Amino acid sequence: MGETIVQKMFRSRLGRTVKPGEIVVVNIDLAYAHDGTGPLAIDAFHELGSRRVYDPSRIRFVVDHASPSPNEGASNLQIKLRKFAGENGIKVYEVGEGICHQVIPENENLKPGMMIVGADSHTVTLGAFSLFATGIGSTDFAEVMTSGKLWFKVPEAMRVSLSGGLKEGVMSKDLILRIIGDVGADGATYMSVEFQGEGVKTLSIASRMTVCNMVVEMGAKNGVFPLDDVTMKHVDTSSLKDETVFKPDEDAGYTMSLSYRLDELEPMVAAPHNVDNVKPVKELEGLEVNQVFIGSCTNGREEDFEIAARILSKKGVKKGVRCIAIPASRRVFLNLLRNGIVDKLVSAGCTVTHSTCGPCLGVHFGILGSGEVAVSTSNRNFRGRMGNPESSIYLASPATAAASAAEGVITDPRKFIGG
Amino acid sequence: MIIRGRVWILGDHINTDVIIPAKYKFKTGDFKELAKHVFEDLDPTLASKISRGDIVIAGRNFGMGSSREHAPRVIKEAGVSAIVACSFARIFFRNAINVGLPVIEVKDVNKNFKQGDIALIDFEKGVVRNETTGVELKFSPYPEFIMNMMKAGGLAAYRKSLKA
Repeated sequence: MGETIVQKMFRSRLGRTVKPGEIVVVNIDLAYAHDGTGPLAIDAFHELGSRRVYDPSRIRFVVDHASPSPNEGASNLQIKLRKFAGENGIKVYEVGEGICHQVIPENENLKPGMMIVGADSHTVTLGAFSLFATGIGSTDFAEVMTSGKLWFKVPEAMRVSLSGGLKEGVMSKDLILRIIGDVGADGATYMSVEFQGEGVKTLSIASRMTVCNMVVEMGAKNGVFPLDDVTMKHVDTSSLKDETVFKPDEDAGYTMSLSYRLDELEPMVAAPHNVDNVKPVKELEGLEVNQVFIGSCTNGREEDFEIAARILSKKGVKKGVRCIAIPASRRVFLNLLRNGIVDKLVSAGCTVTHSTCGPCLGVHFGILGSGEVAVSTSNRNFRGRMGNPESSIYLASPATAAASAAEGVITDPRKFIGG
Repeated sequence: MIIRGRVWILGDHINTDVIIPAKYKFKTGDFKELAKHVFEDLDPTLASKISRGDIVIAGRNFGMGSSREHAPRVIKEAGVSAIVACSFARIFFRNAINVGLPVIEVKDVNKNFKQGDIALIDFEKGVVRNETTGVELKFSPYPEFIMNMMKAGGLAAYRKSLKA
């Protein structure tokens, strides 16, 4: 039987073929933690009795979650992170530089087939760059800082074949919401989710990052796109010997296979309080909204704000609705400033601020009141996620979020574009 | 290794945000303080009702969501001695093993226990017994390495025991 993409990646690292279920130990090329998980990883490093970081050049810290700090406790945890980084020669991406899953691909030399771990479940985002990336806990992160290695169970794999192209007003967020709704919150547990088919080439790197970002919401270990012309513009292929190395074999052993025609998809929403509670937008149209959040590691890139600005230029944010727009990195923010998107968003009534995880996880900026309803472009709608267990969160694409901000109720974006 | 305790029943898809809301983890790194908020968004009274040694029984996909290792650490700090669930989310399961919180997957376990029943888990034999009803359920025992880590109380304690 042939190999899946993830099997090929492990084979290329280990120099031998591997089977799903096999336990392997691999060298980690890059590992990053943030202000939410890094301080505990430092405690775990000391608990393990470790004294020196094995290879600081492969470790990064990013201050992005409570950024800048909203309270004394967070400030002190960040001091701990910076002090450890200073003592051990670890590079820190500071307040305002951006969210880890955006900052790392923007600034680091990514190569296809790399093995990357992050002390954050959404590290899976980086699979868009045709590499293996997964989220780990703080003790595992401490182990990587100690030895540079980590053990993995080689995952089984799910194939998602895509054909056609998305219609205007429909985004890759709608695709991944649809998939999660179809398979359920544990439908891909432990699996490598591998995207294939001619539809893949119609998706930009940003759109692929959105898709990979959310594979963890169906339990996956990683998500991965094949290496193609789109990926090649964003990764370093100078040391790649064979471009086809990470393409799955025709007879690869996939545990599950799904196919989607992109042109048949419609705008989707994940209703409270689970990400797999997915419905077409049209079933929820008219539901009153208090706050809209456009941003996060899921949907905080240029294309996300460009479509939001297109919609909100036609009709501004409805009076009484709060619309918060947060670019995923300083670089994205600068691009949006330079191309006039920030001007359009602010003119339409959005509150645009510096890059931070912010409202996504209820730490600061936009904590919901009791009984309030939010439409968010982030990745989780769990009870209390945005800081209040009495509030409700609907996950949607930036287009749906912007259309809902304009109307003050959940709205199909095709009312404004395409359709 | 045998663990015996009173049972708390939780549902399917218990996520890391309801185990410990992010807003607390950005206020303090003190686990005694964080443990006061365990399961708060699920039931604000649960933290005060859980006694040392109690066992959590849950449905599918326990611990889904964030990679925050605070989740198993807070549950352990709150006094929970083990979690038995139909299935676990991947990162939570690995984190729990690393921090020495015994977690085991047992098919249909949630259908065989009621709130307040007494459970006995025999890790070597791979048996969970409901002492209140007499029902016995089987599971695959941990491999030796994991069992040793569990007995030591997690990866860090296991490392120390090897050096001693």
